[in-house]
Amino acid sequence: MNWKRKDLLGIRDLSKEEIVFILDTAESFKDISKREIKKVPTLRGKTVITLFYEPSTRTRTSFEIAAKRLSADTINISSSTSSSTKGESLKDTARNLESMRPDAIVIRHGMPGAPHMLAGILDSSIINGGDGSHEHPTQALLDLFTMRDKKGRVEGLKVAIVGDIAHSRVARSNIFSLKNFGNEVICCGPPTMIPPHIETLGVKVEYDLKKAVKKADVIMMLRIQKERGGTSYIPSTKEYATLYGLTKNHIDMAADDVIVMHPGPMNRGIEIADDVADGPSSVILDQVENGVAVRMAVLYLLVGGEA
Amino acid sequence: MKVLIKGGRLIDPKNAIDGRYDVLADGPVIEGISKNIGKVDSRTKIVDASGLIVAPGLIDVHCHLREPGFEYKETIKTGTMAAARGGFTTIVCMANTDPVNDSRSVTEFIIDRAHAEGVCKVLPCGAITKGLKGEELSEIGEMFEAGIVAISDDGKSVRRAGLLRKALEYAKTFKLPAISHCEDDTLSGGYVHEGLASLFSGLEGVPAIAEEIIVGRDIAIARYVDAPIHLTHISTAGSVEIIERARKVFRKVTCDTCPHYFTLTDEATLTYDTNAKVNPPLRSQKDLEAIKEGLRRGTIDIIATDHAPHEFTSKDVEFDIASSGISGFETAFALALSLVHEGVLDMKGLLAKMTANPAKLLGITSGTLAEGAPADLIVFDPDREWTINRNAFISKGKNTPFHAMTVKGKNLFTMVDGKIVHDEL
Repeated sequence: MNWKRKDLLGIRDLSKEEIVFILDTAESFKDISKREIKKVPTLRGKTVITLFYEPSTRTRTSFEIAAKRLSADTINISSSTSSSTKGESLKDTARNLESMRPDAIVIRHGMPGAPHMLAGILDSSIINGGDGSHEHPTQALLDLFTMRDKKGRVEGLKVAIVGDIAHSRVARSNIFSLKNFGNEVICCGPPTMIPPHIETLGVKVEYDLKKAVKKADVIMMLRIQKERGGTSYIPSTKEYATLYGLTKNHIDMAADDVIVMHPGPMNRGIEIADDVADGPSSVILDQVENGVAVRMAVLYLLVGGEA
Repeated sequence: MKVLIKGGRLIDPKNAIDGRYDVLADGPVIEGISKNIGKVDSRTKIVDASGLIVAPGLIDVHCHLREPGFEYKETIKTGTMAAARGGFTTIVCMANTDPVNDSRSVTEFIIDRAHAEGVCKVLPCGAITKGLKGEELSEIGEMFEAGIVAISDDGKSVRRAGLLRKALEYAKTFKLPAISHCEDDTLSGGYVHEGLASLFSGLEGVPAIAEEIIVGRDIAIARYVDAPIHLTHISTAGSVEIIERARKVFRKVTCDTCPHYFTLTDEATLTYDTNAKVNPPLRSQKDLEAIKEGLRRGTIDIIATDHAPHEFTSKDVEFDIASSGISGFETAFALALSLVHEGVLDMKGLLAKMTANPAKLLGITSGTLAEGAPADLIVFDPDREWTINRNAFISKGKNTPFHAMTVKGKNLFTMVDGKIVHDEL
């Protein structure tokens, strides 16, 4: 297929065909990171800006490494170094950056819709690196990539997503993509962390973690979004850990070859026990590795032009 | 100067009149209404209203004129000009100015300003509590002497039920209605309706119960102290249900809704269009249908604009931090006329909700076209199609989610106290 989009704002906008096309493209990039010289000239002369208004370790590093392995020049701007602290509006910051002719801007922002706003006014490709509780499309793509890599397929997998569904952009993006693939998705967490109307998206809601993980092929754990008031939705993290912390017992109830995922950062001993995070079912570090290949694919398709 | 409005279809809901009548205005009062006023002196201006509807000037019980304090958003001059264009001859402006209208001096300032620069009648609404802080009663009696027609902490509810009770009791002396903005702020931390659209957009939601709980509470308080309560900008199905039930046992409950609540749903927020950000938020399709049904059954007595003009920059930001509100004077009547075109209301029923009913709430003599009544009237074409263009608004607030929408029905002529303040006939 021909890639036509200028921006990647959300997984909900993408067709299944487009998603598969990105994953297939990522497949061909995965190998580059394993070479001795981890660089190809594909995006030489292109400039990628990462504009992060929220803290990030993985996503920003992943985008930067992805861009550099494709030979693009990268510039990182975080809220502490940007003019936002001097009162400049997001649109003005973005217009100023645009004047320096970047090819892509990866934006992470605490407010939903911020990337969409920029996409409407800039010619550069806008990549949503996470907008509030809304979407985190490259995370959902790397999660799909990891499932396909480990299980050989996405279709037919039973996926349990556990934690603060209401405030998680990772949960939203994964629900959108997995329902697009027709998967059975179970959302699990305390009722205060399950958004109203979520069943209309075709997911099942289960408050009991034991029932949620039963026969699951994939268990996706989420952290409590402290920065979005997550702790006010539960009596204590101790109680949360008791009720919703994933332990070895849960792994035994799931499918024999279950994989455990986590978008990070993990809170060990709260949503996930050490022996699960480091155990044989865990693919958490594979997710991080695959993230680079997926973001290389996204940058290549959006910035690199025709395949 | 005398003005003769000739040949129009006159509709006056208060007196149940609907027919072909001529109207003669002599200065600020209506001198005569009859089938055919033929003989007038040469100095009388004759307005040909044939094929058009002549109605009492519209009365808006809820708007924001922003002056004093926010003149970059709107002034009394620009706001009243926009109102007149939209067909409004009397408007009630809310107290959330800077300084807040919580004292005689601010009320007097607004009234003086309106006399000097306003083109339609401005009736100030006083704050219930000082500074809209919900802590102490404002000097309601002094503001009444200065000319307020209602009290409201619009923008928020009076948080403490005990204080609202005192306000309703206290205001009885002056027969001032209380206008209640219904919002429980412990439930309303969001920016859009909590529903399917908020699930998709990731924007923080405000549940319908944030409004409904206060609707129930305020009716209970008003009933207990036997004082009138007017619930403003009602937006949910649950509110309509509660009000309908309450009416059966307590007649002093009235309410209004605004055109956006029967025209748009929360789907308008899916694109993060900040012009669709308003408080209370645009609700679901089910709520929209219930609002229309409430209008049809008479549960909702009044249509108000909640005209809330903002400067461009306060809307040209991320959705979460954008100002709430819609600039409504110049679109409200056309949007309301869609209720007639859709068969929800007949023309007389619609006009009642924008003339006689608000006049009754406020205890004013306008809102009717009887002999001796104030010469406040409009002439409009119910079928004229036009396209809303925010750049052509007289209001300083260009913030509307209705830009580029084609609507049917247009006000063409507005007279206030016998003076022609808008004329595109």
